[in-house]
Amino acid sequence: MKPGRYFVLGDIACAEGALYAGCNFFAGYPITPATEITEYMAKHLPENGGYFLQMEDEIASSAAIIGASWAGAKAMTATSGPGFSLMQENISYAYHTETPIVIVVVQRSGPSTGQATYPAQQEFYQSRYGAHGDYESIVLSPSSVQETFELTVRSFNLSEKYRVPVILLLDGAIGHFREQLIIPEKGAIEIINRKCLKNNRINSSDLIDNILPMAHFGEGKKLLITGSAHEISGKRNYDPKVHESTINRICSKISQAKDIIDLEYHHIEDSTSLIISWGVSARPSLGAVLSLRQEGIKIGFIKLKTIWPFPDEILNNLVHEDISDIFVVEMNNGMAVREVQRVLRPRRIFSIKKLGGVIPSINFIKENILRYLKCQK
Amino acid sequence: MSKIMNKYLRYLPHKFCSGCGNGIILNCFIRAIDQLDIDLDSYLCVSGIGCSSWIPSPYLNLDTFHTVHGRAIAYATGAKVFNNNLTVIVFTGDGDGAGIGGNHLIHAARRNIDITVFLVNNMIYGMTGGQVAPTTPKNAITDTTPFGNPEKPFDLCKLVEAAGGTFIARWTVFQPRKLIKIMKDAIIHKGFSFVEILSPCPTEYGRKNNLSIIDYYRYFKKLVQNKDDKLKFGIFVKKNLPEFCEQLNKLRNNILNNKNMHS
Repeated sequence: MKPGRYFVLGDIACAEGALYAGCNFFAGYPITPATEITEYMAKHLPENGGYFLQMEDEIASSAAIIGASWAGAKAMTATSGPGFSLMQENISYAYHTETPIVIVVVQRSGPSTGQATYPAQQEFYQSRYGAHGDYESIVLSPSSVQETFELTVRSFNLSEKYRVPVILLLDGAIGHFREQLIIPEKGAIEIINRKCLKNNRINSSDLIDNILPMAHFGEGKKLLITGSAHEISGKRNYDPKVHESTINRICSKISQAKDIIDLEYHHIEDSTSLIISWGVSARPSLGAVLSLRQEGIKIGFIKLKTIWPFPDEILNNLVHEDISDIFVVEMNNGMAVREVQRVLRPRRIFSIKKLGGVIPSINFIKENILRYLKCQK
Repeated sequence: MSKIMNKYLRYLPHKFCSGCGNGIILNCFIRAIDQLDIDLDSYLCVSGIGCSSWIPSPYLNLDTFHTVHGRAIAYATGAKVFNNNLTVIVFTGDGDGAGIGGNHLIHAARRNIDITVFLVNNMIYGMTGGQVAPTTPKNAITDTTPFGNPEKPFDLCKLVEAAGGTFIARWTVFQPRKLIKIMKDAIIHKGFSFVEILSPCPTEYGRKNNLSIIDYYRYFKKLVQNKDDKLKFGIFVKKNLPEFCEQLNKLRNNILNNKNMHS
């Protein structure tokens, strides 16, 4: 779509964000509620000079985008919980081989087939710890159609910059919401592309901020790519020190980065209590905060846009000493709340959770908070 | 070591067991690409997990892509579609390519994508210590069929033929000159090429089934010579049908041209 104002699904905003970021390879497999992304890419990727493949399953889709990325593509796939589970082995390979790819997960209510057409936020931990082995993840989660476009572009930028798979955690609600989308002019959002290896061989001097430049197939550089423990040249090496340093490097390039964490906050200064939320749940959460404040309750609001790495340091700085009660609102059995408890103890931290594929309403959140505050008095 | 080996190998010694056929396959592949007039920089050798996946990686001094168990063909598909100029070769085994990765094998054959698959059939899972494979003969002893294999083996060439592969051959490592010739034909063929290479595994299969390397030689020779046997040898499918990447590019170029005409 040309720059302008549109009224579209979150899934379409995601696909448009990918095209804006320069995605030129997509491999996918149909799954509710992510299918619209796959269909849209099938229709619009070729006219943008890219390639679309529908593979035989999600395992093959994730494998194909890694193969394409090493051939020089900006590659992406989109799926939901069951397909995401199938992809995990290949995602682990992408972490170890430092392959830039973007994986969009439109969460639906599980476990298993669950409520396939209902939204949920249950992949909070799978998106971080789903693949085997040690690694650091980048996971972003939008809570509106416009934000879906912006965070998709950002997913590609971070993936290319840090040579890492980036997971965009949508949910069935945001994916299927129809809202305003403003597509900016080309160049309005900066597009970052991977650094390419200039010489024929990789040296330790190529390593800047723990990030290696990338070479591609067919360039005559005799690439050696393996999921086995390897040196930066790609040569297999099982020396304990070599593998320890690889893991330290692929973890610290993410954990020490300063531009990954992104969150939004309102009314923190004068508050004594706080809602922390993410994804679709952040919408009624903000509604509840505004409504409670009208009733004289001093409550603030934080929305996480970067889910992983979890914003430990920023939360610690942001949440001042007067805030004693924190409510974490999400559509799962209490996941992000565990991280908040880890970071913001000894404050009193409670989970406001909604299961069954239902988005928590403003009243539901308000009732829970008011009931709790009454007990405290 | 001969000059030709020096040119194509980056690491030695290799780690294959004595009597293993993988070294012969590596040798034949090097001779095949040396005799072909294809830019060496265009080769991409993809492999999965298992003994056969070590044939290209790390030894060959070409682009090598050592991926995960069973998925080499899917990785290769992504790379080939994005860069059609690559000469993509997949080295896989019977467990890797026909067990865990069977789904990708049949779908790549159905698409007729221009990838060459060398499937090394040693009739067992060698790297993990000798467990039953989808290609293990009936009644054979393995670590997970200690009382004999109750299942019957796959005829992989028939499978790939039914799925739509356009170049299909079967050979053994004991007749290397013909193997080089078949490899060359398979690489040149435009479309999905599949070569099943019967290879001995004296360490894991031979030991458990009383097959010495000489027994293996006699066994494979008998299989190749016996025309009445159900298992066919040689090249038995070679046909030209539309190749997947060409089809995809034709569609894409039409779309791009239409777009340029209207804008």
